[in-house]
Amino acid sequence: MAPPIQRLEVTLDTELESVDLAEGIVMRVAEAAGFDEDEVHKLGMAVREGVVNAYNYGNAQDRQKKILLTVEFEQDQMVVHIVDEGSGFELEDVADPLAEENLLRTSGRGIFLMKAFTDELAVRRGRTGGADLRMCKRLPTRNVDGCGR
Amino acid sequence: MPLQGTCREIDDVAIIDFSGKITLGEGSAMLRKTIRELIAQGHRKILLNLADVDYIDSSGIGELVGAYTSVRGASGELKLVYLTKRVRDIIQITRLFTVFDVQPDEAAALRSFR
Repeated sequence: MAPPIQRLEVTLDTELESVDLAEGIVMRVAEAAGFDEDEVHKLGMAVREGVVNAYNYGNAQDRQKKILLTVEFEQDQMVVHIVDEGSGFELEDVADPLAEENLLRTSGRGIFLMKAFTDELAVRRGRTGGADLRMCKRLPTRNVDGCGR
Repeated sequence: MPLQGTCREIDDVAIIDFSGKITLGEGSAMLRKTIRELIAQGHRKILLNLADVDYIDSSGIGELVGAYTSVRGASGELKLVYLTKRVRDIIQITRLFTVFDVQPDEAAALRSFR
């Protein structure tokens, strides 16, 4: 089964509503691509956390700034980019939420959940200097059969 | 579905039956407000029934941790019961089973309050 789309790009406002919108879009694409309910949920949640990160930290809730959501299919995986207009960050600088001293913190688990719910998470510097979160999820096996790769 | 909560009391334990999502925005704000009000009313034994909470994100988890520390800070106890699989999974992978007192059922939870 071929992926339902090759590439989807959506520019989101820096608003709380964008979190649900982005999650819903990615869940629908993932469902159409053949992911099971549990994997669709995990992908949706990873994207939710990514957009929350862009909304809260990257764009600091500045409504003048935008969040760019991109979904594309590369070989045997679905790839989601979430790009903000902040000043970027390094994954290595994010505190480990599982460390004993961080367990009672009320924030700081979003990046961890993105990592937990995808196969790969990377952060690069976007074109405007903000963070470009790239998360990948391997397509269900039946989707890559016969793709010639 | 937005988070909704109804409060009942058994002996001196305040039980809040939540339903919906605990996520960034109204859900987490509602949880925070509920806990603050219960503490302000003098409740020190609080049980959160999460049987109908089918979704929680990192903001919701943070809010649960905040609820726990607020109640502990007021010399009280906060316990959880009837976690759905998704909520349980999140609490498990974030290592918060070592923090929260998760009870198997309501009767056991009521007995466990000192």
